[in-house]
Amino acid sequence: MDGIMSKNNSEYLIERNDNIYEVVIGLEVHAQVTSNSKLFSSSSTKFGAEPNTQVSLVDAAFPGMLPVINEYCVKQAIKTGIGLKAKINNKSVFDRKNYFYADLPQGYQISQYKYPIVGEGNVILDMPEGQKQVGIERLHLEQDAGKSIHDIDPSNTLVDLNRSGVALMEIVSKPDIRSPDEVNAYIKKLRSIMRYLGTCDGNMQEGSLRADVNVSVRIKGSTELGTRCEIKNVNSIKFMQMAIIYEANRQVDLIEEGEEIDQETRLFDTKKNETRSMRSKEDAHDYRYFPDPDLLPLEITDEFINKLKSEIPELPDDKKKRFIDEFKISPYEATILVSDIDTAKYFEEVVAKMGKNRDMKLAVNWITGELFAVLNNKNIEIALSPISAKNLAKLINLIKNGTISGKIAKTIFELMMDGDIDPQIIVEEKGLKQQSDPKALEALIDKIINDNREKAIEYKQGKEKLFGFFVGQAMKASGGKANPQLINEILKKKL
Amino acid sequence: MTDITSLSLFELIKNIKEKKISSNEAAKSFVDRSQKSKKLNAYVTENFENCLKLSKEFDNKPNYDLKLPGIPIAVKDLFCTNEVRTTAGSNILNNFVPSYESTVTQNIWNEGGILLGKLNCDEFAMGSSNETSFFGNVQNPIAKDLVPGGSSGGSSSALAANLTPVTIGTDTGGSIRQPASFTGTVGLKPTYGSCSRYGIVAFASSLDQAGPMSKDVKDSSILLEVISSFDKKDSTSIDFKRNNYSSELTRNIKGIKIGIPKEYRVDGMPDEVENLWKKGIEYAKDCGAEIIDISLPHTSYALPTYYIVAPAEASSNLARYDGVKYGLRSSGESLIDMYEKTRSEGFGEEVKRRIMIGTYVLSSGYYDAYYLKAQKVRQLIKKDFDEAYNKVDAILTPSTPSSAFKIGEKSNDPVSMYLNDIFTVPVNLAGLPGISIPAGKDKNNYPLGLQIIGKPFDEQTVLNIAYSMEEKINYKNNITDWWME
Repeated sequence: MDGIMSKNNSEYLIERNDNIYEVVIGLEVHAQVTSNSKLFSSSSTKFGAEPNTQVSLVDAAFPGMLPVINEYCVKQAIKTGIGLKAKINNKSVFDRKNYFYADLPQGYQISQYKYPIVGEGNVILDMPEGQKQVGIERLHLEQDAGKSIHDIDPSNTLVDLNRSGVALMEIVSKPDIRSPDEVNAYIKKLRSIMRYLGTCDGNMQEGSLRADVNVSVRIKGSTELGTRCEIKNVNSIKFMQMAIIYEANRQVDLIEEGEEIDQETRLFDTKKNETRSMRSKEDAHDYRYFPDPDLLPLEITDEFINKLKSEIPELPDDKKKRFIDEFKISPYEATILVSDIDTAKYFEEVVAKMGKNRDMKLAVNWITGELFAVLNNKNIEIALSPISAKNLAKLINLIKNGTISGKIAKTIFELMMDGDIDPQIIVEEKGLKQQSDPKALEALIDKIINDNREKAIEYKQGKEKLFGFFVGQAMKASGGKANPQLINEILKKKL
Repeated sequence: MTDITSLSLFELIKNIKEKKISSNEAAKSFVDRSQKSKKLNAYVTENFENCLKLSKEFDNKPNYDLKLPGIPIAVKDLFCTNEVRTTAGSNILNNFVPSYESTVTQNIWNEGGILLGKLNCDEFAMGSSNETSFFGNVQNPIAKDLVPGGSSGGSSSALAANLTPVTIGTDTGGSIRQPASFTGTVGLKPTYGSCSRYGIVAFASSLDQAGPMSKDVKDSSILLEVISSFDKKDSTSIDFKRNNYSSELTRNIKGIKIGIPKEYRVDGMPDEVENLWKKGIEYAKDCGAEIIDISLPHTSYALPTYYIVAPAEASSNLARYDGVKYGLRSSGESLIDMYEKTRSEGFGEEVKRRIMIGTYVLSSGYYDAYYLKAQKVRQLIKKDFDEAYNKVDAILTPSTPSSAFKIGEKSNDPVSMYLNDIFTVPVNLAGLPGISIPAGKDKNNYPLGLQIIGKPFDEQTVLNIAYSMEEKINYKNNITDWWME
């Protein structure tokens, strides 16, 4: 049968007529540099402003206007390079990429062509079957273009230049990615690293992270690369995956039909879920790259790089390792907790606030279980969590020291959300403290056994299932406050 | 008292400071003479009324500590001037009024200068005769139907005709020095990075440099002192210690070593230019300079190199004139159609020619053979000068291979037009300072100039040599006001 076969979780192979194809993917990610001002002008980069309100004379390419490099953006690019374990080039050059378009005021984009600011590096992906390394070819700085708006005026295209000149980092991977799942992991890892560094907010809805996806296919086991197609400007992981699946299958179909694949640029139509040709290699623009004579080569000293290196925070891979070593949590749990910097921060704060008698298992479970569920449901970021790390730590400690049961804790958790209330106060106000007094519980259980004589006899005769019945009765009688562990112990003794 | 307009800048400043002449009197004189000189076609945009008004304001509240106290000055129309139309001599910017000021002109206004008007120039400074201007030919006041040189042709004409006490031009391949040479005036191209390019309509960014044009060397030193400044808004601006050029100006150049490059003896150079050069060498000796023969072996490659580098940069610099944001927009069926019509109607022939050359030399497959090679040759040309400057302090050459020619004489022969820049272009490629001073006349009584090229950032030596030689040469222009009715 023709179709997609999958050996392990993240592998993606296409089978046609006994041929097994693998897909080879390289990504060119465009990440907007976190910076208050643009790459070559002092205009604001704030998202969502009224059209054309954040445009300087430089951004609109008025006669005689000159670009002046924003040092902060350069630092951000270098930091990102360090995060990608990449070589930082002491000398890089800004080039002009020449083409005409209404939202490109200069008639060229200032980019880096031959000499990028960052060279080769790599990124580690945590896949279900183990770690995988994806090579980074380069990272360079460039200007974003403006935005052409075709759907407001019936006969005119309108142009918004707010984005014109905003700093982008283009991060080019090697063709090391082999499946849609790896694309997902790669983008998330890049995003994670950049968010740790504070160099890109990774907000895909606002266009801070977009990618051109290069796709080719080849018979599995072959070492030669097939002819690739580039799918331009895809702005969500889901769309990247859909585009790759469509494109890879299209290419396999062509090969199986004995046809050649044209090297071309394609667009992904999200509504029809298909890619279509935008321009062929023959029609490819001749961008006439040449060094921008308005800018001097960018020279960066080792001293400058080392200073930035010393400012780099702990990155996800290191943090994960530390979490495993220091907190004795599983690699799987650590991966989840470090994937987003705010989650990691939250977790570490919970750990710190739990104090000496901390319970990692409880902390991990409460964060990845209850808290994640709430955040997901309400679609809010962990940084804006309705329950602070401090109060969650208190709740966990109340469980740990036996003040409340896990079940009661869930009730309290719900109540805490109404304004981040201290769980201790809820426990006191609602009288939810766990009954852990053995004498009181013994009396309670004696009464239950007495009231259910027949069932007690049945249990003794071997109907062990009834044990749960007695636990339930005891919990009910205590209003859920009885310490379940004690109940178990006493019941076993008495029955 | 003599006519105000014939005074040098230095004399005019002195008279104003001594309250012998008011700023308004000066302004009136220049406005009046400019109005009687429309036949020269030196102005693209007049700022006369405003100039008269501002000069009155200056007189009401004079500040004589300024370097240009209430001095009316007309400038090349390549400098963006706030609220005053700036065309770059092109139809595509015919209606363009900037909301900002170039750094160089701002420096002038900060020192008390008052804008008299915007002077004609070759379109986007591409030309050597002012014939490529959308606003028409400019007459050289030296003789009827003679070109004033280019691209700063309006500037040289206005200056020689006493329509402005001094002016500023821009020089990408000789556009200050060649028109100065053609009109018997002084023109200085400073070291690349000396004057900010901010707010100057770009032609070829790695070569463009603003500079003073004046009736004598001292005036150029005064104006250079005002316009040369480090500017963070121009990444190629250089933060070096700038002299007080005018107060440090001296005629004492004893022992200064001046190089004579043998490669500047080009084939077909008229005898009178050769003789002028020889005379110049004698003058320099008379001034106490030591003359040393030098070689600049890559000189013959300068012109072809220039005509690759400059158009390449221009083709990209001029891409912004697309009808979308400002300037001329012709209506079209589609975006591409609009671009094509706007740029076809907006640009003149010479500009289109250079855009095409530039686009060609940057195209994939040709880039290495042309642009990259040209950049390498440019380095060799620079190295020639570096090596020469191990032996000499400055270099003396003719400014141009010939005197001014007639309007229309070369306009259909771009290559012969380009040859005009043969002595000036290497200086731009190497980023050096160079001055042209009037040094003699040809058989038609047309002016001829000599060029003094200096070490990077050593404008002072260039000015000092020029100042010293100027006294010995004692050149006088013979302007008959033939254009006035």
